[in-house]
Amino acid sequence: MREVAAQFRNPVLLYSIGKDSSVMLHLALKAFYPSKPPFSLLHVDSTWKFQDMIAFRDRRAGELGLNLIVQVNEEGVRQGIGPFTHGSAVHTDIMKTQSLKQAIDRYGFDAALGGARRDEEKSRAKERIFSFRSPNHRWDPKNQRPELWNLYNGRVSQGESVRVFPLSNWTELDIWQYIDQENIPVVPLYFARPRPVVERDGALIMVDDERMPLRPGELPEMRWVRFRTLGCYPLTGAVESRAETVPEIIQEMRLARTSERQGRVIDHDAGSSMEIKKQEGYF
Amino acid sequence: MAGPTRDHSAGGQPDLPRHTRTNLLRFITCGSVDDGKSTLIGRLLYDCKLLFEDQLASLETDSRRFGTTGAGQLDLALLVDGLAAEREQGITIDVAYRFFATGRRRFIVADTPGHEQYTRNMVTGASTAQAAVLLVDARKGLLTQTRRHSHIVSLLGVRHVVLAVNKMDAIGWDRAVFERITAAYRAFARELGLEHVTCIPLSALTGDNVTSASPAMAWYDGPSLLQYLETVEIAFPARSSAFRMPVQWVNRPHQDFRGFAGTVASGCVQVGDPVAVLPGGRTTRIEQIVTMDGVLEVANAGDAVTLVLSDDLDVSRGDVIASADDRPEVCDQFLAHVVWMGEQPLLPGRPYLLRLGTASVGAQVTELKYAVNVSTQERVAAKCLARNEVGVCNLATDQPIALEPYRTNQAMGSFILIDRMSNATVGCGMIEFALRRASNVHRQKMTVNKAARAAASGQKPCVLWFTGLSGAGKSTIADLVEQELHRRGCRTMSLDGDNVRNGLNKDLGFTDVDRVENVRRVAEVARLMVEAGLIVLVSLISPFRSERLMARSLVEEDEFLEIFVDAPLAICEARDPKGLYRKTRAGLIPNFTGIGSPYEPPEHPDLVLASGTEEPERLTSHVIQALASRGIIP
Repeated sequence: MREVAAQFRNPVLLYSIGKDSSVMLHLALKAFYPSKPPFSLLHVDSTWKFQDMIAFRDRRAGELGLNLIVQVNEEGVRQGIGPFTHGSAVHTDIMKTQSLKQAIDRYGFDAALGGARRDEEKSRAKERIFSFRSPNHRWDPKNQRPELWNLYNGRVSQGESVRVFPLSNWTELDIWQYIDQENIPVVPLYFARPRPVVERDGALIMVDDERMPLRPGELPEMRWVRFRTLGCYPLTGAVESRAETVPEIIQEMRLARTSERQGRVIDHDAGSSMEIKKQEGYF
Repeated sequence: MAGPTRDHSAGGQPDLPRHTRTNLLRFITCGSVDDGKSTLIGRLLYDCKLLFEDQLASLETDSRRFGTTGAGQLDLALLVDGLAAEREQGITIDVAYRFFATGRRRFIVADTPGHEQYTRNMVTGASTAQAAVLLVDARKGLLTQTRRHSHIVSLLGVRHVVLAVNKMDAIGWDRAVFERITAAYRAFARELGLEHVTCIPLSALTGDNVTSASPAMAWYDGPSLLQYLETVEIAFPARSSAFRMPVQWVNRPHQDFRGFAGTVASGCVQVGDPVAVLPGGRTTRIEQIVTMDGVLEVANAGDAVTLVLSDDLDVSRGDVIASADDRPEVCDQFLAHVVWMGEQPLLPGRPYLLRLGTASVGAQVTELKYAVNVSTQERVAAKCLARNEVGVCNLATDQPIALEPYRTNQAMGSFILIDRMSNATVGCGMIEFALRRASNVHRQKMTVNKAARAAASGQKPCVLWFTGLSGAGKSTIADLVEQELHRRGCRTMSLDGDNVRNGLNKDLGFTDVDRVENVRRVAEVARLMVEAGLIVLVSLISPFRSERLMARSLVEEDEFLEIFVDAPLAICEARDPKGLYRKTRAGLIPNFTGIGSPYEPPEHPDLVLASGTEEPERLTSHVIQALASRGIIP
């Protein structure tokens, strides 16, 4: 993170409100102490996030006195884009991928820090820590800069940018152990509570607001659930769990038989879907 | 990047959380295309029961779609071959990182490709590895690739090497074959100076000797691959060496606090320790070691901290704070192994950016001593290095930096080279030693300087650099400009490409390497003449942007005008004043600019002369006007 602050003109921290973002924010506070992190937080708000996430975001930014930029694709909102009406692929493209590109262009960011990890998905395993993007935000997996030792090359020309992933070598377990060790606040949705959910296409979807249309025969029921990963509520499946504290989550993870992105609807679209989304500029 | 925690238990892995750093092995797997690397890693994950149910389900789908192991069988290689392009070609084309853990240890695997054209990817993976697993196919034995990979492993100082003799199932678990391969490899490893070599017979396909002992090979009593990886000793050489911390960022929240943020690269430091700030060399003491979790007494290798010094010294990013009693060398010339990764070859004399620690300086290869054939270790005479080639060269930086031999201190002895035009990382290097001559030649300060000489002559010295294709009219226009300047009483000198090649550069030809040297020498002479107070007119094709940038960098920003004499190739060829285009088209001149050799037009020239359409006299007056408007002539 210090490399980013030192090498770039106008960096930004992508703050998605999830556990990885919480760790990133914590690391930023530590890296620059006693200064404040010398960059803003950017949240790309698809307008379909869990209500708890938004409340948590605003509280944290306020407590820490950091500048928070909330980016919404207004054009998408005008067109009424949403996961129920347009499907997960269109929704993700318009409200997340396009929206992020708009923000980077509008504010002229030359580096965006993100919390992605190599253990999440196969195409992420080859992502560099400093990942170069062309002026139209494309990722070219065949033409990446070699990354040797801990020497990071952040030089870019006008219009080009770099996505930086300091947590590349962390695993999901590392994240939780670090959250435990450092006592880092995270969104309450990660902890098990009774929540109203419906079972749909094999995933447990939480009824977070009245925009969720129920299919015939679907009746929300209260179940003890938590989330391993957070995104847009209609696209994020919960897992049944009684883990109410960080140590209980760690214990549950050690016994887990499914990977964390399993609940994510977008990864399952087609075999290489994440790689294609990334080439187009998805984070 | 920021290290996440302060940490007193281990060093060398600052990009990981503390609990992971303490018992983590990073290793690289390398082998030829069909040796079964990806299958082996897939097997390790599978047998360690590290695959989740959804991953297994998607593996079954993928095996049906892309699998090469036959119907109903899981193709374990598909777990690791991540990118769509590789799945189609059936080979790994980049470095992929995998994470797994057993009860005893955690692992990060760098999976790198075997092809010769991906040597650079392997170097990348090896740069952070503590151990290397080299695969050979038992049916084929040691191949040129095995030798190449071993050489790279030794070059990057990877301490532990496993020779995994794979596909033992295909040769009926034959002990004699294994021993023959092993003996040959040990002899070879000795030549390379690889200290810790372990040989294991296994089959990734069947799993024998991968995670547990193989009943089929009862004759083998060594560890399985996983047992070996779980127990091999991990040393942190960085911890025992002298204190070094490259400064990443100056931390200045308010007037009363000024600290220097960085990650301790080696050794440790205590409050009160005497330290030197390099390359400057001023000494002071450590006043405070600051972290968000409170101030510390001691900081160790791997810790990300902010140091406050007792004296108010001028310290900036790129400086190194080091133990005052045991300092690294400060110099501007050194000998190094360079591995080339750029699409364009490395050309001696071409200016690159060099990044070592957090320092970033201009650098060039002053002498390419030889290339190394990585397969045979032979030294080969070379004028340039192509992608994936390794060479030994002298480098010179444009300002002194603190450094150490790679063998002594990896963090202070490793560097990358960056292309100034594309910003791509084009090479990496490992320093052998600093060159003494650097420290013994000091620049003499002269009392009568450029300003004094210029004042005496009543003009502002500068370089007018005319670049363009052969036959564009560079010399013609330069000649007219010089006549006009002479008429006005300016003191001038003309350096013409053809004339220079009859004298100063008589020894140079027209290859890219020689063109770079040609421009370098002319640029240096032009610089001397600017120092002498002259207006220097250079007319030189100077086809490459990098060298023109270098020529510009030798003088002050306002002392250099890049003048692009821009005529289309067709017009130059029709003019053909020296008959060179005719000869080229007849196949007599191979490297002719614009035909057999590229011309990179200037991106931001100070002046463009449309010499295809306008008369030389008119163009001359454009140049004179430009000089007047910049105050170079009255």
